[in-house]
Amino acid sequence: MSGRHGFRRVLVANRGEIAARVIRTCRRLGIETVLTVSDADAGSVPARLADKVARIGPPPAGASYLDVDAVVAAAVAAGADAVHPGYGFLSENARLARACATAGVVFIGPTPEILEASGDKLAAREHAVAAGLPVLPGGSVTDAQPGEVAGRIGFPVLVKAAGGGGGRGLRVVRDPGELAHAVAVAGAEAAAAFGDGRVYLERYVSPARHVEVQLLGDGQRVVHLGTRDCSVQRRYQKLIEEAPAPLLGDALRGRLHDAAVALGERLRYRGAGTVEFLVDPEREEFYFLEVNARIQVEHPVTEAITGLDLVEEQIAIAEGRPLRVRQQDVAFAGHAIECRINAEDPRRDFLPSPGTITGAVFPAGPGIRVDTHVQAGVTVPPHYDSLLAKVIGHGADRGEALATLRGALDRCAIDGVVTNLDMHRGLLADVEFGKAGVDTGYLGRFLESGAYVQDDHE
Amino acid sequence: MDLTNDDVAEILALLDSLPYDELDLQTPRFRLTLRRGPGGWTEESQALTEPTAVTPASPAPASPPSAAEPAMPGVADETESDSEWDAAGLVAVPAPLPGTFYRAPRPGAAPFVEVGGEVHEDTVVAIVETMKLMNSVHAGLHGRVAEICLENAEPVSQGATLMWIEPGA
Repeated sequence: MSGRHGFRRVLVANRGEIAARVIRTCRRLGIETVLTVSDADAGSVPARLADKVARIGPPPAGASYLDVDAVVAAAVAAGADAVHPGYGFLSENARLARACATAGVVFIGPTPEILEASGDKLAAREHAVAAGLPVLPGGSVTDAQPGEVAGRIGFPVLVKAAGGGGGRGLRVVRDPGELAHAVAVAGAEAAAAFGDGRVYLERYVSPARHVEVQLLGDGQRVVHLGTRDCSVQRRYQKLIEEAPAPLLGDALRGRLHDAAVALGERLRYRGAGTVEFLVDPEREEFYFLEVNARIQVEHPVTEAITGLDLVEEQIAIAEGRPLRVRQQDVAFAGHAIECRINAEDPRRDFLPSPGTITGAVFPAGPGIRVDTHVQAGVTVPPHYDSLLAKVIGHGADRGEALATLRGALDRCAIDGVVTNLDMHRGLLADVEFGKAGVDTGYLGRFLESGAYVQDDHE
Repeated sequence: MDLTNDDVAEILALLDSLPYDELDLQTPRFRLTLRRGPGGWTEESQALTEPTAVTPASPAPASPPSAAEPAMPGVADETESDSEWDAAGLVAVPAPLPGTFYRAPRPGAAPFVEVGGEVHEDTVVAIVETMKLMNSVHAGLHGRVAEICLENAEPVSQGATLMWIEPGA
């Protein structure tokens, strides 16, 4: 049991690079780790890094990583004080949080009430409005006809999963005739990924930048850790993120920070979380998109510029300690950029490329960080996402971070599966990316322009 | 790996000032290779520890998979019936990539097609879900569905036959 005692043993209920990353901080803090594994991950690198592993089911996520009862049973059997849920999977699942509490295990994350308020994207919108944040025109299609709702908002519209987030279950619909099918497929994705097929519509604003603010809260106080810009996206999946968000202007940046903190305070936020905004660069307006009540994939760029370990902060908050930083203690140094290296083939419309890694060489040196779960010999299973590694470059300013990251990607070599490394190299060399402030349509335009050529050898 | 990122950074800082271009460190638990190239350092590591189960009495985890892809259901069944159906002039609709086969756009909804249903080249006949992405599978030709080879939510390997189409109206 916890309370104000430090955790002795933590169940890491996730897989892939985030599992390895959480284990790393636990190891540094002297906390024993037990990793949940499906049969597909029994021989994975995180399984070898953890002190112990606990099998929770067969490969399909629904029967393993998404099985609340299996995760809680593993925590109890392992004698874990706490569960770290990572991101995705059950990281924002109120049922897991409640089941942990009932079993006497601490859930490293927000309370079930906060998870429900932020996890239901429609409810989160209402909280944002109540906290004074601007939101996009939109509405639910659960009890209303999609055509009616879209008629109020105006086309094009974005179909979004109310029970999801993280870029899944999203479709842009420009043609009213395609709305019904888009709502059906988006609902199917959401049902498969989150067990909740409800969708809602929002006005689609373009061009736009995706800017988010990192928060830490202990239930009493909330601080922000600055902005991140995640506008380089393909089909709503982030590929390059950076901190802080460039070219915002101090006034707009301040308004974003304040808005995020206001929402965090309204929620009495506890843990690490992120408030995502859509920024209209031409009008210098911003709109609330969603709040993610979990640690995010791109958290390393914030860690680079603040010097904080967010997993360590999550653990301290979960152990019942008050926030260790005040807002005035948070200092930002330099700029950081992260590339997500995925097992997918840009030449074949980013077809996922599961398979066996035959070689994995990563860059190392000052200003470079690599978070990965792969090494030569591991199989990348088809049941989960395609993220292989995150490569982060940090420098005194954006130019230095970019130069460091370019050199880092040059020294990256992953063999055995097709990756998007060459695409990243092309993006980092692109003049428009070099100027900063690209919008969410940038990556699509870059790919259509044929500006880079995928090498046949990785 | 027992070495932390800070440890590796310290080793690199030390190596940087030395004339060595490569460090290869191996213990029973891990292997770390640091190499200096024209652009800078690279790192290659192998975590070697065998995973340890929490309690020996619980169901043992599957042994670490070999390099070969595990066989997926839906493939073994094909070989015998393939030649039978092919001879009848039927056309296979293959899975475009490995994943999970779904017959309907969402759980509880009506299937895209049933046996006997007419399809055209662009008709969506199934979804194969891979790495969380829903991929629509198209019939690819005009005809009628002769057989649907898999149950809803069955795993499929790339290229496995999902259904057979009888060409023509």
